[in-house]
Amino acid sequence: MNKQISRVSLFSLLLLALLVVATTYWQAWEAPSLAARQDNSLERVAQLEIKRGLIYASNGKTVLASNVARKSDGETLYDRTYPTGGFASQTVGYSTTGRSQAGIERSENAYLTASNANLGTIWDKLSDKLKGVTVTGNNVTLNLDVKAQRVAESALKGVCGAAVMLNPKTGAVYVMASSPTYNPNDVESNKGYASILKAPSSCPGSSSALLNRATQGLYPPGSTFKTVTAATALDDGVYTPTSPFYDPGYCTEYGQQIHNALDESTPEAYGNVDLLQAYQHSINAVFCNVGKKLGAARIIAEAKKFGFYSTPPIDLPSGEVSESGEFDSTTGRFFTDAAKMDPGRLAFGQDKLLTTPLQMALVASAVANGGTIMVPHLVKEVRSPGGSLVTKTKPQVWKHAMKPQTAADLNQMMQAVVTGGTGTAAQIPGIEVAGKTGTAETGPTDVYDAWFIFFAPANDPQVAGAVVVEHSVGGFGGAVAAPIAKALMQAILPAASNH
Amino acid sequence: MRNRELLYLAPVGILTAVGFASVYIAQRAVVNWDSLGYAVFFFALYVAAHVIARITVPNADPTLLPMAGLLTAIGVTEIYRLGPSDAFKQGLWIVIGVALFAVALLGLRRDYRVLEQYKYLFGITAIVLLFLPRLPGIGSEVNGARLWVHVGPLQLQPGELAKISLVLFLAGYLREKREVLAQGRLKDLGPLLVIWGGCMLVLLETNDLGSGILYFGVFLAMLYIATARLSYVIGGVVLFLAGGFAAYEKIPHIQERVTIWLHPWTTHTVYCAQTGTMTLRQDCDSYQLVHSLYSIANGGFGGTGLGKGTFVLPGKPPIQLIPEVNTDFIYSALAQEIGLIGAAALLLVFMLFVARGMKIALQADDGFSKLLAAGLTFVFGLQAFIIVGGVLRIIPLTGITLPFISYGGSSVVANFLLLAGLLLVSHRANSA
Repeated sequence: MNKQISRVSLFSLLLLALLVVATTYWQAWEAPSLAARQDNSLERVAQLEIKRGLIYASNGKTVLASNVARKSDGETLYDRTYPTGGFASQTVGYSTTGRSQAGIERSENAYLTASNANLGTIWDKLSDKLKGVTVTGNNVTLNLDVKAQRVAESALKGVCGAAVMLNPKTGAVYVMASSPTYNPNDVESNKGYASILKAPSSCPGSSSALLNRATQGLYPPGSTFKTVTAATALDDGVYTPTSPFYDPGYCTEYGQQIHNALDESTPEAYGNVDLLQAYQHSINAVFCNVGKKLGAARIIAEAKKFGFYSTPPIDLPSGEVSESGEFDSTTGRFFTDAAKMDPGRLAFGQDKLLTTPLQMALVASAVANGGTIMVPHLVKEVRSPGGSLVTKTKPQVWKHAMKPQTAADLNQMMQAVVTGGTGTAAQIPGIEVAGKTGTAETGPTDVYDAWFIFFAPANDPQVAGAVVVEHSVGGFGGAVAAPIAKALMQAILPAASNH
Repeated sequence: MRNRELLYLAPVGILTAVGFASVYIAQRAVVNWDSLGYAVFFFALYVAAHVIARITVPNADPTLLPMAGLLTAIGVTEIYRLGPSDAFKQGLWIVIGVALFAVALLGLRRDYRVLEQYKYLFGITAIVLLFLPRLPGIGSEVNGARLWVHVGPLQLQPGELAKISLVLFLAGYLREKREVLAQGRLKDLGPLLVIWGGCMLVLLETNDLGSGILYFGVFLAMLYIATARLSYVIGGVVLFLAGGFAAYEKIPHIQERVTIWLHPWTTHTVYCAQTGTMTLRQDCDSYQLVHSLYSIANGGFGGTGLGKGTFVLPGKPPIQLIPEVNTDFIYSALAQEIGLIGAAALLLVFMLFVARGMKIALQADDGFSKLLAAGLTFVFGLQAFIIVGGVLRIIPLTGITLPFISYGGSSVVANFLLLAGLLLVSHRANSA
């Protein structure tokens, strides 16, 4: 019997040894990835003991997120509070005990909890812990402009949509608004969270207020995409702004007539026009023919240079930023196969194209900045609790979208849109504004996504951006979105505030 | 032998004192004399157990009692840290356990082999105990498994005592039938199939995979020791897998356990029966397992320190992060607070206990004693593997206690009886 007993003994010891191996696996090998999981409440409890850093708007005074201390079992715990309750909610995000984190609170968590891998802070944190001193996080200052952001939020109140405005030369994001919005102070309570999750009936997309429509909202770009189509044509030298076209009021594709959109009080057919005029008046028939001539593959290749099919490297959590491009709703994936695209409709931003407002703001910024797109960034700087600078975001180039000459031509064309085209509602006395309207079909007749992309001043652009208003009934980009863009520019440009 | 036992008990007493003291320091910010009182009390209890052992089984293995003492001390310290009122109850159960340990040693010190005569009584007792939770009025269902019996204010898990009865029965039965069984004649397989059927019934009736694996595993191990036929083990495993698969198909509770085991995290929402809504599985069915893993991972290499771990989400009211943390999930609590070093040391104590137990089986000179010691040791080791393996996601998780450590009276009492059995066999083997 002893042989069998030895074997059974060995078997039992092996089983127990397996437990040591598995414990090692979870405690040493898998520990970092488990700690990083969003549903890990233990980590959030640990974070409660940390006094998170404050989040400021660009003026360095307006506090967007701070802490309230409370005592629990002799320990001081810190709950997050948002004094501006509802200001840039989706962008600032939230950090709660019961739920995960979002927005800047999530992407800058390492700085806000002083757990960033900086030898100095690690040492300070360790000695704080040993001394029983509360760990205090670093303060984060954003580029968000209080005044312009408030203008955007009040303009979007009651509708669904988003606005993004940034500095085309540096990529600093001044405005990132998404409507409907929510109060981040309500996220912690179950009742509050449930009401936030409930999709507002005014937005047929049925997505909740938690969605950052500026970076995650996917809309057909409509005519704003003609900017990319025109850039393709100009970059490749196929056309110049003065290339002549004839507009019969429709374009024939696959044997069927595609009629011009009945944009406001414009004629049904323009007759003889050049490329600039076609862009100025947003003539679909002309762009349809441009698209057929260029082909979908070339337009898509150009769009990629503008950042389509890539996730913009903005400093938000990666799950909260979407790429843009042709989207196959049956597979739920973006696709690049030109054979599956309709080049004529693609050229004027319909087909299966879906873009985020951030991406379209970057298209405008590319034109404004001589063809170069900067990395968009929300964080201006991070300072230690004592006030010394931890890090400052430096402007970085993301993409070279087009030749400088193409950008210069498009600059003129976009100015023409505002001076005498579809975007006159964006005119600001004393400032040359450049822009492009978009009125994207969403399915139901007379219900559009109204777009406006813009930059100003045209000769020395300080701001560029995009505004979208979802499912606006009978509303065109020029009438609905352009006035919002105008208000945004007026809020931030010094020369404009005098008027 | 007994002097060595006393010597080994000294560090156990010191460790208990240090353990309680550190929980006190971490949670009260002051050292309280009560903590030392606990340590003194437990040390006295084990010295008493030692004295009984000195009188009744002077030649028994000197390491088992100190190891059991160490494990209960670790357990009661952690239970105290998780909730002082449970620790008091656990302390009472340990006293009862030690008392029964003394009774068993005193009653059986001449020759425990008389038990062999009552093997069928033990077999019937095991079956009755296993089916007690099914009886209306006293049985109750916890988390979809029926393992509990209520007698007045007491909650008992009869399955814990059933395992001792089962080992006693199998030791007696297999000792008698081993030659016949070893020949492998078909007609002798009848009783084995009956036991297999019984285990399957237990599985179906209690909805508990863990007990099924435990009883059947012990049965196979002892059958193998008795007959030396590996084919029985293979056949048994195949039969068990077949039965287990059928149970998986039929019983939603077992299906759920397996799903949680294989896919604790989802990226898309799934239906959550508890709330009736669509949520991620880690927020619903697998919340407990996943948070137990987070707890283990949070310990890291050195652990957070006793009393410094995170088990409660502060709030109004505070939320327990791991439900049943002091019974089924005590290992994840310990792993967080004492870290990889401590957890590995703890598992090492279990391995040493198993090694010493098996050594006793090797030294014993009659078949009944060998089977008894090996069976008791194997049931101890396998039970530790089933619960810790479940917590660590090696196998599907089932609710079962970690011997000597988990909170639970039946478990403590049963394991002290198990210890008494091993000491009795050891004493006899060393006295010859």
